[in-house]
Amino acid sequence: MRGARLLRGAVGAAGFLLAGELFIRFGLSENLLFPPPSTVLYEAVRLPADATFLAGVGTTLANWALGLLTAVAVAVPAGVLLGALTPVERAIRPVLEFMRPIPSVAIIPLAILLVPVDELMKVSVIVYASVWPILINTLYGMRDVDPLAKESLRSFGFGPPAVLVRVSLPSAAPFVATGVRIAAGIALVLAVSAELVAGGVNGIGVYVTVAGNGNRTDLMMAATFWAGLFGVIANMVLLAAERRLFRWHHARTGAVS
Amino acid sequence: MKALARLWVVPVVLAVWEIAGRAIGDTDFPPPTTILARMRELWFSGPPARGFLTNDAIANILPSLGRMFGGWLLAALIGIAAGMLLGRSRSATDYVDPLIEFGRAIPPPLLLPLFLVLFKAGLTTQLATIVFGVIWPVLLNTIDGVRSVDRTYTDTARVFNLSRPQRLGLVVLPAAAPKIFAGLRLSLSLALILMVISELVGGTDGIGYQLLTAMRSFDGAGVWAAIALLGVLGYVVNSLFVLAERRALVWHRQATGNS
Repeated sequence: MRGARLLRGAVGAAGFLLAGELFIRFGLSENLLFPPPSTVLYEAVRLPADATFLAGVGTTLANWALGLLTAVAVAVPAGVLLGALTPVERAIRPVLEFMRPIPSVAIIPLAILLVPVDELMKVSVIVYASVWPILINTLYGMRDVDPLAKESLRSFGFGPPAVLVRVSLPSAAPFVATGVRIAAGIALVLAVSAELVAGGVNGIGVYVTVAGNGNRTDLMMAATFWAGLFGVIANMVLLAAERRLFRWHHARTGAVS
Repeated sequence: MKALARLWVVPVVLAVWEIAGRAIGDTDFPPPTTILARMRELWFSGPPARGFLTNDAIANILPSLGRMFGGWLLAALIGIAAGMLLGRSRSATDYVDPLIEFGRAIPPPLLLPLFLVLFKAGLTTQLATIVFGVIWPVLLNTIDGVRSVDRTYTDTARVFNLSRPQRLGLVVLPAAAPKIFAGLRLSLSLALILMVISELVGGTDGIGYQLLTAMRSFDGAGVWAAIALLGVLGYVVNSLFVLAERRALVWHRQATGNS
């Protein structure tokens, strides 16, 4: 069953590439700006040998990871604290609701003004955007804790810290994990956006901008291909970790894993 | 009244910000009153005949809104149509699944420089980026919604001899509507984000472009003003969508007993 699905997926992808190849080779005549898939894939395979590109990937991925980790370190404790202290959460929520609709990329110019160090500016923008999904999901998870389990522990004489550690945290953990996975996608978008707006020494976004100045659409597409690949890999790794760590959660909620 | 009482923290935060902003006196960290004054000056100090909108407001806010809604509607049309076709057949979805997974993992802003080279024109670039970036939630939710339509509905429709287009339009589409609307809502907030970035990178007008020019001329209050305007815009657009969704799905809430 799984094999058949994989095969169909491979056939679909191959068909798409072939159709694109034929269309661009024969439909668009001699147009150097629209490189056919074969050229893009060839350049994508060659890119890891390009020192500039490698340095760019290193910088972007480092910013991405650092921003995401910082966001987790900020948002999870904040979410747990707010989730445990309901009156405080209720008081702060309107402020959060006012800040949340601000499109995250609009923060980039402000960060450029406020944070003079380029790398720090990029990481802080990633942190700002990634905090929201993690915080919201943590809050949601803390609210979803089974009250019966909490009451039972309390009636056995456990204090609030013990209830928090033994019931609330494990129960909220799968929601936190989902928040982190959503944040990972957003963080990559912001990492690239900050590079496109602010420039810099290295980065995937910087590489694409430079390739664009020379009209090298083949290199731009190849670099974009790698960025998409990183996104897919990150999503797959996080999803697999979620399923492994929280098998019991899927079993309880009846979700198919 | 109770809801209003819960908002007490907002004026407190604003007051603290005002005092802190004035005490620091940094033009990059202005107090709220300065930001409001700059917003009024930039966009809302025009002649009353035009609803107090300034030339700047008309030349920038309208194109921004047009791009955002234009890209979103285009993506919605394509996403719903493709999702309806794909969702009816499990194997069809299998064929395109890896392509969808890959497509939605590409950070859309990265396509801006590419589209700028390919299309030359600003508007095509911006629309293409927005459509590419926001189509995935609509497409995936439509496929999901169409796939989970109760078999009894489609079988009943077949028994009553409804033609294929009738079945899709009268039975499948309404039954999948709640999921489709959830996707549309997510796409709308993404469209706002992509509208801004498409104006920041290679744009020539729009709120995002004004934000960029304010930054380049070290106009701290202008930067904050543009961010505040975008926040208000995001809030209003989302609220309007929720209202529209409620109206469109009245039957669904009545049928499932949620209020």
